[in-house]
Amino acid sequence: MIKVENLHKSFGDLDVLKGISTTFEKGQTNLIIGQSGSGKTVFLKCMLGLFTPDDGYICYGSKTYEELTPKKRRELRKQVGMVFQGGALFDSMTVEENVMFPLKMLTKAKKPEMKDRVYEVLKRVNLTNANNKLPSEISGGMQKRVSIARAIVNRPKFLFCDEPNSGLDPRTATVIDNLIQEITHEFEITTVINTHDMNSVFEIGEKIVYLEDGHLAWEGNKDLIHKTDNKAVTDFVYSSDLFRKVRVAQQKGY
Amino acid sequence: MDYISSTGQYFIMIKDTFKRFTKGSVLRNLIIQEMNDLTVRSLGIVVFISFFIGAVVTIQTALNLNNPFIPKSLIGFAARQSIILEFSPTFVSIIMAGKVGSYITSSIGTMRVTEQIDALEVMGINSLNYLVFPKIVAMMFYPFVIAISMFVGILGAYVAGVFGGFVDGELFLSGLQEDFVTFQLVYAFIKTIIFAFILATVPSFHGYYMKGGALEVGKASTTSFVWTSVIIIVSNYIITQLLLS
Repeated sequence: MIKVENLHKSFGDLDVLKGISTTFEKGQTNLIIGQSGSGKTVFLKCMLGLFTPDDGYICYGSKTYEELTPKKRRELRKQVGMVFQGGALFDSMTVEENVMFPLKMLTKAKKPEMKDRVYEVLKRVNLTNANNKLPSEISGGMQKRVSIARAIVNRPKFLFCDEPNSGLDPRTATVIDNLIQEITHEFEITTVINTHDMNSVFEIGEKIVYLEDGHLAWEGNKDLIHKTDNKAVTDFVYSSDLFRKVRVAQQKGY
Repeated sequence: MDYISSTGQYFIMIKDTFKRFTKGSVLRNLIIQEMNDLTVRSLGIVVFISFFIGAVVTIQTALNLNNPFIPKSLIGFAARQSIILEFSPTFVSIIMAGKVGSYITSSIGTMRVTEQIDALEVMGINSLNYLVFPKIVAMMFYPFVIAISMFVGILGAYVAGVFGGFVDGELFLSGLQEDFVTFQLVYAFIKTIIFAFILATVPSFHGYYMKGGALEVGKASTTSFVWTSVIIIVSNYIITQLLLS
């Protein structure tokens, strides 16, 4: 579980996060949505420890980041997996080396043990035939799978995903969404996903947080988002003509 | 103001590079890899340039020696002094600022742009130690490159002088050994080690702290080359003043 309380972050005169409080439960897919510039990425980076909040706190399990000793902070980082928007795979390493990297750096496992674990996670993300390929030799969808495999190989307790299906075709995007949700349920991970993709919202939004101008404007889930009267949320979610028509049809009882 | 804060940031980067070390076995492989990329792969261009500059220095000296009272052995002497004292340590380092420096800046800058550095940090790895420290260690082997440059430069001078008919082989060799002061080699290698450190860290700084996209990676490489060259030239002056005057 991740608990966020009254989180503030600014850069110079620009207040990006203005007092966000929420809780992300473990074993469910938590989505952060909002327009560009609403503070989603800064919020995610604060939770990742890449930015230090100006005020408020983030609690991982039972302790806040500030309460942890440097050693415990490093231990916590080992429990975090991250799927970056562009994959952030290491160009000079093969798929297998990329996935093995966290094990090599953070554990004392022997090579055969690491290879078994890598094979296991690559199988889990349905990618067993690209071990020796470089990231530049595989498709965007495959790169995302490798990125997910690398994020979960060290059995993290917290998984963060920054727009995991951006740049993917709708079919691959759905596969990636479902994969993240399955992994979240299977390993009881606290997953936080930063997304613009409305398909993801309706597919895997077990908890949805809507940010507007650095504030938490609404929170709920994929069932409640259909029923909300919050104008900011409905304007955002139903900005697409297709989704608007679906909503009208639902309201008419089709 | 920007220059002052950048200088401060550079020294903080150096300090952070020597904190929270990466696992020994991983670091060893990285250092070997960097030695190959930064020094061994530079040998070709260094040998090529050194040979021809050595040759040109000899021809220029020979053509300007019109006075019959000046012995021809001076050609060997001048070649040795110019190659050992300045050409190999300083000017090869400026050439390396273009080759190795832009490689370091663009590779680290690309990692920054594509969030690979963020990925390292999220895993709890000290990205500065992982990326910059192996480069510093690998560049400590740079004096070997300069030693080869000195040898090849003098060889080029000999070939151009003797086979070009400018000087007799024995006279060239006697000039080469004339008034040789060992400390001049020590001076040359002290500054080579300092330049090696500059070559590893200044381009790393420009790559690591760059902001923007692919276009900015190119701009950072150019800026890095300019600053590395400027710092090498200024350091050269200071070291020479301190050690030789």
